[in-house]
Amino acid sequence: MTDTAVGPVRAHAQQPAPRRQEMVQLLDEHGVRHHDPEHDVDLSPAELRGLYREMVLMRRLDSEAEALQRKGQLGLWAGSRGQEASQVGAGRAVRRQDQLFPSYRDHGALLARGVDPLHVLSLFRGVDHGGWDPVEVGVHPYTLVIAAQMLPAVGYAMGVQRDGAVGTGDPDRDTAAIAFFGDGATSQGEAAEALNWASVFNAPVVFFCQNNQWAISEPVSRQSPVPLHRRAEGAGMPGVLVDGNDVLAVLSVVRSALDRARGGGGPTFVESFTFRMGAHTTSDDPTRYRLAAEVDAWREKDPIDRLRTYLTAEGELDEEFETALAAESEAFAVRLREGVPALQDPAPASMFDHAYAEPHPQVLAERDEFLAAWEQQDADAHAAAHGGTR
Amino acid sequence: METMAIGRAINAGLRAAMDRDPRVLLMGEDIGALGGVFRVTDGLQKDFGEDRVIDTPLAEAGIVGTAIGMALRGYRPVCEMQFNGFVFPAFNQITTQLAKLRARSRGRLSVPVVLRIPSGGGIGSVEHHSESPEVLFAHTAGLRVVAPSTPHDAYWMVQQSIASADPVLFLEPERRYWQKGEVDTDLGPGQVTPLHRARVLRPGTDATLVAYGPTTQLALDAAAAAAQDGTELEVVDLRSISPLDVDTVAESVRRTGRLVTVSEAPTFHGPMAELAARIQESCFYSLEAPVKRVGGWHLPYPVARVEEHYLPSVDRVLDAVEQSLAA
Ligand SMILES: Cc1ncc(C[n+]2csc(CCOP(=O)(O)OP(=O)(O)O)c2C)c(N)n1
Repeated sequence: MTDTAVGPVRAHAQQPAPRRQEMVQLLDEHGVRHHDPEHDVDLSPAELRGLYREMVLMRRLDSEAEALQRKGQLGLWAGSRGQEASQVGAGRAVRRQDQLFPSYRDHGALLARGVDPLHVLSLFRGVDHGGWDPVEVGVHPYTLVIAAQMLPAVGYAMGVQRDGAVGTGDPDRDTAAIAFFGDGATSQGEAAEALNWASVFNAPVVFFCQNNQWAISEPVSRQSPVPLHRRAEGAGMPGVLVDGNDVLAVLSVVRSALDRARGGGGPTFVESFTFRMGAHTTSDDPTRYRLAAEVDAWREKDPIDRLRTYLTAEGELDEEFETALAAESEAFAVRLREGVPALQDPAPASMFDHAYAEPHPQVLAERDEFLAAWEQQDADAHAAAHGGTR
Repeated sequence: METMAIGRAINAGLRAAMDRDPRVLLMGEDIGALGGVFRVTDGLQKDFGEDRVIDTPLAEAGIVGTAIGMALRGYRPVCEMQFNGFVFPAFNQITTQLAKLRARSRGRLSVPVVLRIPSGGGIGSVEHHSESPEVLFAHTAGLRVVAPSTPHDAYWMVQQSIASADPVLFLEPERRYWQKGEVDTDLGPGQVTPLHRARVLRPGTDATLVAYGPTTQLALDAAAAAAQDGTELEVVDLRSISPLDVDTVAESVRRTGRLVTVSEAPTFHGPMAELAARIQESCFYSLEAPVKRVGGWHLPYPVARVEEHYLPSVDRVLDAVEQSLAA
């Protein structure tokens, strides 16, 4: 590697960002708007309604997917009810050129990014590993291996540095990566490596941790004795705690973290303090490990309700809008209900298609073997249907 | 005799081992109040407490690494990997530490750790829940790799694994957790089949089918189907992949003259390649046909909607038998 390749990477000095202990909140659970000298957003009523709309649709996706799973149309569903503000807020903070590295529950961020929800559902139906084009939509494939996306996000950010797309001052050119992960993920060795690595290389990456309080049955206290955002200190980057049920605060905090990364300021760790209202997945039974009282307390902090309360109080949410949104939400649900059963199973032989980029004789031979057996079975079935025997 | 499902039998085996030896403890993600995602440890934390049934942080390298340390202090940790694909974050700890400590210390250190790994697919799941990683570990000297296929074996083999002075990877046939069968819990010493001995489950004369773990039932099903056409297949359950009881298989092959192996793991460089090579060495003059292998393809495990085309089926087994008989 030449010095010039390393040059731009080292050029951006780390800017020590202020450390915050308290939680950033711009819209409290009663729908009251607060102002924060350091983190604030100035959104137009139309933009606010846009956030509201996206959260409503995201929740609809969740309930429809759950119903589809119950009807046997999906193999599994990882719900995100309660995390709408975190995901929509962070998803909206991302710019076109940024790359998002999600986990497996970040449907709201994908919706905000314009990913077709049927592509998300096709993964949970078992038709593919997620039908979206990661390059085109700027969203890495979902990963089921906890924390495994974090190091690739750092590497991507290091690539961005090497491409000179950091700190140029051109808002359409400066780029960042953002990794989404849960509270449980912070326990993985790879998570520690990712934080440290990003900090050492001053990589333009934001670590967006949705602390939804539970990793399947284990409370966050089983993952970490200190508040998660304080992990950032040890890795040498700012850690910010944000109310994860407050879409305005999430948007603001993630936006400034991404700005900092794009500008060459280095990584930030954001802990979005939220709650998973439903089961971990449709195969989980949260009543075995979680008290109803805890869920009830969080219901009071609902992210959609509080934005609705605020917008209504401001006179920015009229009946006409609500009616139109209800209709849109219904049409959206119908599209999912009809779209999922219509998803085509892949051709069995297609499983051989992408194992290797270049021909692999072993795989080609096995594909031939598979196809021969497959055609034979078809012929047998045909013969049986016409009275023949094998 | 008691009737139980495989998952339940492992639970009972763990309970028996914990009752017998206070040094036995369980470690894993969600194994406490939830009882594990497959409920295999159901009720154990309630009865043995949080210090012996430990809900760990979500960190596989951490689970295996700390289990090694506890074993060095005289405990006998039994670790649960939540799903097969998630053993890989712990791969370094397993292959460089767990497997090697005994050799590195010239036998001074013992690490009697058991890793329970739900293994194989067929449950319609998402990526990294359906892998068969056994060959990676079988190839690693210092580890023992076993795979029960019946409730009776599940009950006894888990206890034998815990009693072993070596690290044992205990592969649980994920899609057979709910398969029921009889368990004789009253056997005395010497009445239980040794951990690494293969067993003939069905006698036959025309060819030998060898399988282990999730495909053993498949081999039995195929033998039952073949019997209707008058072909008598002998079915051998390997039970252990490392070490491999080649003698039991060789004896069977000398009687039948033909061998077809069945595994979910890919055949390419797979566990049955080793068996085939050894049988060809030891039974060359008894073989009437080349050894045939039926298994997974050399592919990342495919999505659920096509996994039935990946997994060996009765048809694929019978086709291989037909080819063997025709040779
Ligand atoms: C490496 C790894 N180990 C175990 C699992 C099984 N598993 C799936 S989700 C999960 C809990 C994850 O919790 P968290 O990181 O907090 O994310 P959340 O699901 O709450 O969004 C576990 C243990 C996995 N997917 N990957």
